[in-house]
Amino acid sequence: MTEAVAVSDLPAEPDPDAVISVRDVTRDYRRARSSLLHAAPVVHALRGVSFDVARGERFGIVGESGCGKSTLLRIIAGLDQANSGTVLVQGTDITRLPERRLKFLRERLQLVFQDPMGSLDPRMKVGEIVAEPLVAQGNRNSRETIAGLLTSVGIPGDAIGRYPHQFSGGQRQRISIARALAPTPEIFVADEPVSALDVSVRAQVLNLIADLVDELSLTLVFVSHDLSVVRHVCDRVAVMSQGRIVEIGSVDQVYDDPQHPYTKRLLAAIPTLEKALAGAAPADLLDRPNTRSTNMEDEA
Amino acid sequence: MSTANVTASTSEHPPDRSAVLAVRDLSVAAGQRRLVEEVGFTIHAGERVGLIGESGSGKSLTALSLMGLLPGELTATGSARLGDHDLLSGDEAALSQVRGKDIAMVFQEPMTALNPTMRVGHQVAEALLIHRARTDRRSAHAGAVELLAQVGLPDPAVVAHAYPHQFSGGQRQRIMLAIALANDPALLICDEPTTALDVTVQAMILDLVVRGVEQRNSALLFITHDLAVVATVCERVLVMYGGRIVESGPVLEVFTRPRHPYTQGLIATSDLAVVDARGRLATIRGSVPPAGEFPAGCVFRNRCDHATQACADRPPWTELGDETGYACFHPVTHSRRGFDD
Repeated sequence: MTEAVAVSDLPAEPDPDAVISVRDVTRDYRRARSSLLHAAPVVHALRGVSFDVARGERFGIVGESGCGKSTLLRIIAGLDQANSGTVLVQGTDITRLPERRLKFLRERLQLVFQDPMGSLDPRMKVGEIVAEPLVAQGNRNSRETIAGLLTSVGIPGDAIGRYPHQFSGGQRQRISIARALAPTPEIFVADEPVSALDVSVRAQVLNLIADLVDELSLTLVFVSHDLSVVRHVCDRVAVMSQGRIVEIGSVDQVYDDPQHPYTKRLLAAIPTLEKALAGAAPADLLDRPNTRSTNMEDEA
Repeated sequence: MSTANVTASTSEHPPDRSAVLAVRDLSVAAGQRRLVEEVGFTIHAGERVGLIGESGSGKSLTALSLMGLLPGELTATGSARLGDHDLLSGDEAALSQVRGKDIAMVFQEPMTALNPTMRVGHQVAEALLIHRARTDRRSAHAGAVELLAQVGLPDPAVVAHAYPHQFSGGQRQRIMLAIALANDPALLICDEPTTALDVTVQAMILDLVVRGVEQRNSALLFITHDLAVVATVCERVLVMYGGRIVESGPVLEVFTRPRHPYTQGLIATSDLAVVDARGRLATIRGSVPPAGEFPAGCVFRNRCDHATQACADRPPWTELGDETGYACFHPVTHSRRGFDD
């Protein structure tokens, strides 16, 4: 089924000119052993993932819980190691590098996570949080720089002396973004950055990310389970299911003319105002068995 | 899409249908802080009503006060009639006869709503036994298996013997729904039942909820912040902000011709397909204030582009029809389509 759709026509060798080049990455996790008689079960989180992200591109990764998107992100960010395969970041293979040689990655690639409360130390002041990546890398940091970073994400500079709990969810996510921007990264990786936010705040944060990516010419890797958000934010998207990329292409191509049955099912399941006001009921969001069989015939 | 005749039919339902739930002047307060203010609405049998708004607008407090599950430091006043019962009477003995039987609720977090130490079949059977829908354990267990089958769990007889941790989030939400529907409640309340779920699982749960209430002719109060979900599930919608209902009406009417600037802003900001010349989304200025710190008068006026001096007074409810209206001095005007395009 997966083979029916040509996922990519990538060259076998990783591309050193791409900002991120991933080839045939696998990652297995061994779960806790539950029996004396049987070997511990193995979870295949990634089963041969390959893609390239070009400079200045806004690249989206979508998929549901357990599809492997977070594992993939951790490997790209050098927080986890692949079992096999290659990951080049700006031409350097990071898969076999020890932590002390990943300094360049820590400067050039920065992350923003889903839960802004869990990713900000509650006992540190906002100014210290934003300055931390600079301190860790032994760079200069002045009060003006930090205040400037905060202002650029729409937080007043006097927030420096306050604590994370004094801010709302949207403001905390802005603080996370300011921290990520502190070492002037070239690659900005966002893992579900707006999933925990209300709709009106979501729009504000998405606009902020778009502004920053434009102004600072960043390469964006944006992971989400929400396909409509990815369509708005990204140029190109990879759809993941069960540790594999099942479809990859420009957002318009993937959303308007999905090829893989999983992508079709995912797109059909998104409720939209447009569909609903035209009379769609929840049953219409489910992929009907007959439409599924037509999809398979299409591929044959 | 033609919207010209939307206003003509305010309700698709015959007016003689009896009201299952009638809420009048419901207020929830924490000491001097008013968290929900003078909320009123009616839901008829078989009707599906959505309650939308952002975090901190008072949606969940409204639901919890109907269930008699408000935390101790909060007090609810007003009236909420469900058949012959007043849900706000504070009579816990009477309410425990109603809760789980005539009114049931599905919560957002299926992880914490189920008892981790009880087999799920037992938890469904418990709902049947407590309200004496079944009188002996054996038939209650059979009823539980039947309900687990209805919510689409495979191999329900085996599933009944498993514990909650053995299920995924979507499966747990199916079990919650089986418990909620066990006694064919007159009113089912769902509080963000699919927010924590994947989109394909969400579609299945929404379908089950709608089929469940349709089969029982139950009334549904569906709470969510997702406008697309509410439009898919419900026929009528109540828009809440700052502890008040600021607009209500049929889904098609409210979402195509919103009167309140907050509703209009919410619709615009949810729409990820519409962007300005720079590719940016529409936003609502500022953010939702913390509970109890909304401005006096119109609660939305500090974020509203149309606010004037008049908005320092509380805007009265303008009724457009049965259960349809808005609370705003400067409602959005809609040109009549068909004339200008």
